[in-house]
Amino acid sequence: MKALRAARMERCIGCHSCSLACARLVHKVLSWNKAGIRISSSGGLSTGFEARVCLSCHPAPCAEACPTGSLTQRRDGGVLQKKNLCIRCGECAKACPVDAIFLDHEVNPYVCLNCGQCVPFCPHDCLEMVELPKREAEGGAR
Amino acid sequence: MIRDYFRIMMVNLTTGKTTIVELPGRGDYLGGAGLAAHLFDKYGHVDRDWDDPEQPLIFAIGPLTGYFPLMSKTCCAFRSPYHNQYTESYAGGKSALSLRFADLDALVVTGRAKRLTALCVGSRRVETRDVEYLRGFDAIHTGRVLRKMFPGSGRRSILRIGPAGENLSSYACINVDTFRHFGRMGGGTAMGAKNLKGICILGDRGFGLPEGKEYPKLYKEIFKQLTTTEMMAKYHGLGTAVNINPLNELKSLPWKNLQQTSSPEADGISGETFADDTLLRNAACAGCPVGCIHVGFVREQFQTNNQYLYRQVGYDYEPIFSCGGMLEVTDASDVLRILDVIEKEGLDCMSAGVALAWATEALEKGVVSTEETVLDLKWGDAETYMKAVELISRPPNEFYALIAKGTMRCAERYGGQDFACVLGQEMAGYATGEVFFVSEGLGFRHSHLDSGGYAYDQKHEDKDVKRALDFLVQDGRERIVLNCMVGCLFSRGVYKDDLLAEAMASVGYGELHGSVAEIGARVQKLRWRLRLRMGYRPDKVRIPKRYTEITTWKGPLDTDYMEALRAGYAARILEMGAPVDEPGDKEDD
Ligand code: SF4
Ligand code: SF4
Ligand code: SF4
Repeated sequence: MKALRAARMERCIGCHSCSLACARLVHKVLSWNKAGIRISSSGGLSTGFEARVCLSCHPAPCAEACPTGSLTQRRDGGVLQKKNLCIRCGECAKACPVDAIFLDHEVNPYVCLNCGQCVPFCPHDCLEMVELPKREAEGGAR
Repeated sequence: MIRDYFRIMMVNLTTGKTTIVELPGRGDYLGGAGLAAHLFDKYGHVDRDWDDPEQPLIFAIGPLTGYFPLMSKTCCAFRSPYHNQYTESYAGGKSALSLRFADLDALVVTGRAKRLTALCVGSRRVETRDVEYLRGFDAIHTGRVLRKMFPGSGRRSILRIGPAGENLSSYACINVDTFRHFGRMGGGTAMGAKNLKGICILGDRGFGLPEGKEYPKLYKEIFKQLTTTEMMAKYHGLGTAVNINPLNELKSLPWKNLQQTSSPEADGISGETFADDTLLRNAACAGCPVGCIHVGFVREQFQTNNQYLYRQVGYDYEPIFSCGGMLEVTDASDVLRILDVIEKEGLDCMSAGVALAWATEALEKGVVSTEETVLDLKWGDAETYMKAVELISRPPNEFYALIAKGTMRCAERYGGQDFACVLGQEMAGYATGEVFFVSEGLGFRHSHLDSGGYAYDQKHEDKDVKRALDFLVQDGRERIVLNCMVGCLFSRGVYKDDLLAEAMASVGYGELHGSVAEIGARVQKLRWRLRLRMGYRPDKVRIPKRYTEITTWKGPLDTDYMEALRAGYAARILEMGAPVDEPGDKEDD
């Protein structure tokens, strides 16, 4: 199971091609917010850029916080999203430890689905899809 | 398509009132340069000076902003403090996408705030704040304060001015997101006259996309073209600074106030040297995968015992020519240090550098003395130039007050017009020959970007006046189309009229009143009409003597050819700007 990693953000030029691609291709919107990955400068442009992106947690705090099953745990990490089940309570975004879930003004959550569609649009090869390690089950069994 | 009309936010700083105006005309003007001219025609005042509070300061984007890569610029239009006529300037940063996602095709600021003010706009927000306490703050420091004041990192744009804009120098710039500028013609001064220290634009909305596969497919194709073509590699690699060496070889590099057109020392400030010795990293305007912004660093020892500080300074060809070659400053770090001061003071770097070059020669020739210049300006003396920049921004005497209004204004008072390198405003860095000098000297924005006159000079040895004039008008028209889209001009090799039409259609803007070429011609005429109505006399423009004294790769400059071009271009401009009643130019009210 693969997950998106913003592995080389020191190379980032802040073009937003990644977030625009995610919004366009995954969420079918024109936006740089409504996306699974969002780029911010880390305090003015002279300090480089950061990506707000899902870390593929397991267990995922957002899925645990979701009261309706709209977000569910993916096998090795990260979440699956069923938009039609969402009641827009915003609990997922609150639970995310790294502020990776964006809520628009109507409290629609936007979260990375680890599909990798943004990766080819990054001109500086900052992003990559990595194989997640098989998760060790509690007690050591796989 | 988001909508088939324009949605404009009008903020009046005198009354504190904001209104949203919905304006038809998308099919006639596209956006950007066309929309701005249309808005000035509607809201501007031909009969009042540039500093009348009611003159609008306009920021406009295009129909494809955000939809396609490199549609990443904003057109800023205003009545220029430089020549008191209508003008435009372009910048990127995050300004264009921020306006798009703030759901605005244009932001128009009118009026004058009582005290120094910052404005914040977004799709669901408009707010002014008293920032009188920021008076005198430099542009970089101001940016830091505004970032804290209006949170939203990454997806907002912060425009601000430095002391030069507050002090109404005629060539103060608007700094956009630290590394980009509305540089030319005094946009920062237009802001200063409104008592407007900064503008924060929050890009906080999203929009639905056209149905079907056509748009994402076309996006992908264009993205691929723009990220793989050779032409783009140049902007990305060494950046525009790559031009120093070839122009030097072509004897077309303005040097030492254009006393020379090449120098064996040029290698010290070449794109290669900058990249090897100072380049820290690249950056991009939002929505542009090319990343042509080159950020260099300077390291300075501020105390013995290895106490260093470092600064990051953006560089490009134009700043290097104006603050390097023109001043015979031949050390890359020294150029960056001068640029750093210019950046902080918030001046246009080309104007500041060229003005200081003139002042140095004027001092050398005894036209002025150190009584006027205060400092002993000397070719190559970066330390002194750094101090001089501050004096332009905060003038201590009449000389600096005048030079802050423009080199020619100063030369008119003290003498030395012959060697003032002014082509409408302080020149851009192409001593390529007759076509360029006429193009910038008479052109709409007095910019090298009005048309590719510099490229024409480099390619044509013939002296066919008609052909050159046809080129200026035609190439100017093509650039206007891209300026209506407010696409980056670096992408002009890819975004030809046909592709633009296809891109427009793919997002639902199929219904245009004419081809994009026809719309370009319409906007070209409208802009000239505005300029002429505000007193522009292209037939009265003279090219300073210095330009007739140079030698390029083609040999000594041909004054007859230049004069024929000058007269011919003036006639064409008068023709294009003739007052005709064209439907669509003056609709509603
Ligand atoms: S906003 Fe939707 S996805 Fe998020 S926790 Fe609530 S129901 Fe679940
Ligand atoms: S991996 Fe997919 S969902 Fe995640 S940010 Fe990239 S495009 Fe969006
Ligand atoms: S596409 Fe790559 S370079 Fe551009 S903002 Fe995203 S991570 Fe940065």
